[in-house]
Amino acid sequence: MPTVGLFIPCYVEQLYPQVGLATLRLLERHGCRVEYPEQQTCCGQPMTNSGCNDEAKPLADKFLRLFAGYEYVVAPSGSCVSQVRNHYQQFLDGRPGFEHLRRSTYELCEFLVDVLKLPRIEGSFPRKVGLHQSCHALRELRLGSGSERKVAPFNKVQLLLSELQGIQLVELARQDECCGFGGTFAVNEEAVSCMMGKDRIADHERAGAEVVTGVDMSCLMHLDGLIRRERRPLRVMHVAEVLAEAEGLS
Amino acid sequence: MPGREELLAVLRRNAPRETPPPDLSRLGVKYADPLEQYALSLKGVGGACLRAADLPAAERALAELPACREARRVVTLVPGLGQGNVDLASLSRPHLLEGLDLAILPGDLAVAENGAVWVDASRLHHRAVFVITQHLVLVVNAVDVVHDMHEAYARLQEQPIGYGLFISGPSKTADIEQALVIGAQGARSCTVVLVG
Amino acid sequence: MNPTDRAEHAVDHAAAAARFVADDARAHWHDQALWWVRKKRDVASSAVPDWELLRDAAAGIKAHTLSRLAAYLEQFEQQATSRGAQVHFARDAAEHNAIVHRILSERGITKLVKSKSMLTEECHLNPYLEARGVTVTDTDLGERIVQLRHEPPSHIVLPAIHLKKEEIGELFHAELGTEKGASDPKYLTEAARGHLRQRFLEAGAGLTGVNFAVAETGGVVVCTNEGNADMGTTLPPVHIACMGVEKLIPRWQDLAVFTRLLARSATGQPVTTYTTHFHGPRPGGELHIVVVDNGRSRQLADPTFRRSLSCIRCGACMNTCPVFRRSGGYSYGWIVPGPIGSILAPGRDAAAHRSLPFASSLCGSCTDVCPVRIDLHHEILAWRQEIVRRGLLPWPKRAAMKVLAVVLRFTWLYRLAGWLVRRVVPLLPRGLVYGRFNGWGKQRELPPMPRESFRDAYRRHRART
Repeated sequence: MPTVGLFIPCYVEQLYPQVGLATLRLLERHGCRVEYPEQQTCCGQPMTNSGCNDEAKPLADKFLRLFAGYEYVVAPSGSCVSQVRNHYQQFLDGRPGFEHLRRSTYELCEFLVDVLKLPRIEGSFPRKVGLHQSCHALRELRLGSGSERKVAPFNKVQLLLSELQGIQLVELARQDECCGFGGTFAVNEEAVSCMMGKDRIADHERAGAEVVTGVDMSCLMHLDGLIRRERRPLRVMHVAEVLAEAEGLS
Repeated sequence: MPGREELLAVLRRNAPRETPPPDLSRLGVKYADPLEQYALSLKGVGGACLRAADLPAAERALAELPACREARRVVTLVPGLGQGNVDLASLSRPHLLEGLDLAILPGDLAVAENGAVWVDASRLHHRAVFVITQHLVLVVNAVDVVHDMHEAYARLQEQPIGYGLFISGPSKTADIEQALVIGAQGARSCTVVLVG
Repeated sequence: MNPTDRAEHAVDHAAAAARFVADDARAHWHDQALWWVRKKRDVASSAVPDWELLRDAAAGIKAHTLSRLAAYLEQFEQQATSRGAQVHFARDAAEHNAIVHRILSERGITKLVKSKSMLTEECHLNPYLEARGVTVTDTDLGERIVQLRHEPPSHIVLPAIHLKKEEIGELFHAELGTEKGASDPKYLTEAARGHLRQRFLEAGAGLTGVNFAVAETGGVVVCTNEGNADMGTTLPPVHIACMGVEKLIPRWQDLAVFTRLLARSATGQPVTTYTTHFHGPRPGGELHIVVVDNGRSRQLADPTFRRSLSCIRCGACMNTCPVFRRSGGYSYGWIVPGPIGSILAPGRDAAAHRSLPFASSLCGSCTDVCPVRIDLHHEILAWRQEIVRRGLLPWPKRAAMKVLAVVLRFTWLYRLAGWLVRRVVPLLPRGLVYGRFNGWGKQRELPPMPRESFRDAYRRHRART
């Protein structure tokens, strides 16, 4: 039975606890012993993304201290996992436990597919679903092949979703254009950020989506903010919520 | 020259640790039918490909083209092809080529992957002939169609290069609202005749 | 602060972008136009079975070249000179401009035709020459359009992508005498053909950029579509070719790699119409090659930003960038905009261009289309660190990050802050929550405040099971 340290992104902790719950239930349903180190706060990405690496270092130290002992660390977030996997070495290189931590920290979908090697998620989700490809998950963690590169097509998130009974994954005009969240970009470049988000929403609507899903609640929080302000007929759900609902875990 | 010495010195000083050049041998594309691919590629870039068994057949094929039929001033550098009436060597300046309707030039090879023809223009008495002409015909032996640019550059390496160019189709631009316009500032049409 | 940092003329990308976005229809039109070019690139690249191997090869050739740049430059100079070219060296923009002007003035040349060279834009060559009595005609159609409008190009490959055909029609009516109201691209292009042909025939010299300079043979290669570079170099007897030092590649055979990547990345064509290789002047003519540093050697020394010297100026990063498409080239305030510009411009003047590395959501699409595998979005992030290190981050942002860092370090404070937000925000009047200080809230709702944090939910879950 794999032991998992559950790593909850700060905005999920504070604003979307149901995404964390869905993640927890999914992992336990599929045979993991899950612990949630209660002292965790944030991976430090808002700081490193603003160039304030000095401010991020203590958070990297804290993360290593809290999560070093676990066989696996799993988070419902591509960008947070990318932070640990790709941006922590400048702070933690050479520290005991860091190499193991880096190699065993996973985003939820890649954990289900690559580590638990689930043959499929059993369940139904009879809805028209637009899959938003979060950029860090796609291009930093390579959860999918992406539209830019000439490589054999694959997408771990799509794989999990497409197995659900009744689901209809809609075809977008721009399958992996950025939503425009980008962290502090969402506020610093508010005009472009919102135009990007609205364009994504329009794409999903035109494609007939009822639900917009993805692996990063940050992207979905931005899209949801626009959807609710404009009163668009779309609902956002994190992939963990979709899979948990399909498996009757809600 | 102080600029030269200083520039070379700072480039040496600031150079990163040396890395070896990569191996290029696995690169390239091979087509089942390079001649067919060549015609497809040339069409894709706005050109036209004619096949002819020999020069007389090429002459007959060219005679069908409006650009050739209506041409009044013609340069031909392919012996036995076209009714040339402008002798490049007799012109004192290339500027006198303004108004040239048709130029028929030999090409050394043609590239299947992109419709290009290599024209060795260093022998041309006036280099401008290939770009100032309204219409262009390039003549290449069918056996000189290569698959890709790797093969093309390797073959060209065997001869001394002075001034030469790949020409792929007619001149074109999409600078106005991305609308493709064939015939920008160079030739308005490009026909390639593969002989043999 | 770095001595080369100057705060004057600071570019505020966010403000410029907001103005661009405000014209919603036009911003969407610009976005669609460039997305279409990105899609053409996808079609072209997917037709090349060894596309990713080509990118590896190109990156490897460039890295190797940069590690022996001085040696290759010497070999290039020796080869080019042996074929009769004259090679000049310029340490900076001022020297470059002076050299070009001297070549012209020594020969009494007052009419110059130019084909696209981002380097000469970087050096501000045109105004320098015009102030000294040289008439300069930019001869790429897009470049000529923006020259007639007295504005810079907005994209390094598609200079007039920001203009509608009706606007170009009006311009040509005023400047070239085309019919009023006519906007058909074919008609306008034909008018430009005739107008520019006169310039070619009257010019005393032709100036081009250089796409690739081959050390092995001493040749310079120019890749174009319209024929203007070839008109400009085969009619006037003097050809001036301007190149940055980073344009060098070692061998003739290396050209195969780059010519297979360049046009496909730039416009989706398999190759440019003309790929012209110049080795020495034509009989009776002159070939001058001006090799320019202008800050490139400094970039070479920097391990973080060195790779972006490999740039072959294809523009693919601009076409794929969702921010560039929605803000336009002018929002970047430098001659090379978009992702690559956001790395190169701060290298010239970090203070003036400090907003550029933040004009990105770090989506990484640029890195995946770059034909020479420059780690663009990583270098953009690295510039953010550099900007903070140089004390150039606006103090409100710096302060906010320090406060946030404290809250996130101490778990009790983090929990308290979250609890307060969840409890207090729903009680506040909407006007207060969505007031002018709420940047998020201008066009977006805040997330609905949940009743509990995840930790609370976790504890309940554990208590039940």
